[in-house]
This record gives sequence, structure tokens and C-alpha cells, in this order.
Amino acid sequence: MESPEHSTGARIGMWLFLLSEILLFGGLFLLYATYRWKHPGDFHAASQELSRLDGTLNTAILLTSSLTMALSIFTLSRERSARSTRRASLFLGATILMGCAFLVVKGFEWAAKFRHGLYPSSPVLLARPPGEILYFGLYFAMTGLHALHVIVGLCVLSTMLALLLRGSVGPERVAPVENAGLYWHLVDIIWIFLFPLFYLIS
Amino acid sequence: MSYARYVLVWLVLLALTAVTVTMASLDLGRVSIVAVLAIAAVKSTLVLLLFMHLLFEKRLLLKLLVPIAIAALAIFIGLTYTDILFR
Repeated sequence: MESPEHSTGARIGMWLFLLSEILLFGGLFLLYATYRWKHPGDFHAASQELSRLDGTLNTAILLTSSLTMALSIFTLSRERSARSTRRASLFLGATILMGCAFLVVKGFEWAAKFRHGLYPSSPVLLARPPGEILYFGLYFAMTGLHALHVIVGLCVLSTMLALLLRGSVGPERVAPVENAGLYWHLVDIIWIFLFPLFYLIS
Repeated sequence: MSYARYVLVWLVLLALTAVTVTMASLDLGRVSIVAVLAIAAVKSTLVLLLFMHLLFEKRLLLKLLVPIAIAALAIFIGLTYTDILFR
């Protein structure tokens, strides 16, 4: 059994960490906005080359994974029974699977870019106008950093699933799962902004 | 919250995604940039308040953290743009 003070402290710590993550991505968004301002035409041309279908699909996958994450925590905190723990682990497992699906789609998307000779500092890319080089540089850096966050999130969620199945976290001790969930939702929020900036705005 | 409420929020999020994607393919020019970002802001607010439970948070410190982050970003972006625009 955890004390309410303990879980509040854990939550405050988690939110402080999330704050630093918001500022990290915020800096990159500012960089994007600045270069976009300087090279509107090149950014428009380059953004047409991204697969809108892949981006939309990944948005739907991440949003759904956020739902199952929230449901997992909701189930745990609502009732204390073996059944609720089992249901929560199913929801958590679904979240992990969708996180993997996101990475698979992302992998195919990047692979298609690589096949066209588009990767940071590639000869094909360097022959292009400066704005397009910047656009693809930001695209790989920002979606790459985001994908890294998804990978870290998947590691955290898998650990939570293992702890849940072992019984070291559960209806009596929800705080670790809640914090893992907060991290996962933040990764979702970052994608909510990355998606329109890279795939939609033209 | 209840199961139905969570699913409802998710449906709204998906609907908003569909709206942005359709709007982007209509090519509305400058309007679409503002609209698409506004929808992204609404979507993230929904996730913050309902999925991340900030709406039910009682601690003032935690209620204030996200507005503080947004204010800090607004200062960074605002000051940078005073440089970019008037250079």
C-alpha cells in the first residue's frame, strides 16, 4: 500500500521531467518555425514528398494506444480484483503492440525515403535547394527523436507489464503505471504536433 | 471518468484528425496553417486534461506546470520572432 504523499511526490517528479521534454521538443519546433519562415517554398515542396497516409495511420495508432493506456490505468484504479489486474495487463499489452506497430510504419516510411536516396547528408539530398535539405534534416531529427521516445516508452511499458503480471504493481500500487502512462501520453502529444507540421501544412 | 467517456474522447480525437487531414487536402492556404495548429492544440488539450487527468488534479503546483511550460515556450518563440521579423 502506498501513501498518498508518496504517489503525489512521484507524480510531481514525473511532471517536472515531462516539462523538460516539452522544452526539448519546443526548441526543435522553434527551429522548424524559423527555417520554415525563411524557406516557405522549399518546405512546401519537400513536405509533398511525405506519405500522408503513413502519417495519418500512425496518428490513429498512437491515439488508440493512448486510449488503451488510459483504460489500463482506469481499470487498475477502479476496482481491486484479480480480474481488473488481468484486464489492465491486456490493455497495457495492446498499448505495447500499437507502439510497435507505430515503429513498423515509421520504419517502412524511412526505408522508402532511403530507397529514394534521401537520408541526412546523402548526395541526392545535398544536390537539392537549401530549404529542402533543412526540411529533411529536421524531419529525420525530429521524427527520429520522437521514435526514440516511443522505443523508451515501449521499454518502460514492457517493464510495467512484467511488474503487473508479477504483482509488484497493481490496484494497490498504481503510481508507477500512472507515471509510465503520463510519459506515453506525452509522446502521443508530441506526435499530435509533429504530424500536421511535417505531413499536412503546405 | 468511465469506459464510455474514455472511448468518447478517443472518438473525438480521431474525428479531429480526420478534419485536419481533409482540411489540408483542400489547400486553403494561410488559413489552413492556423486551423491545423489550432486543432492540434485542441487535441493535445483533450489528452492533457482527460487522459493525463490534469482536469481532476487538486495540487495547484501540478495544475500550473503545463501553463508554465507553455508560457516559457511562448517567451522563447516570441523573442526569437522579434529578431527574425525585424532583422
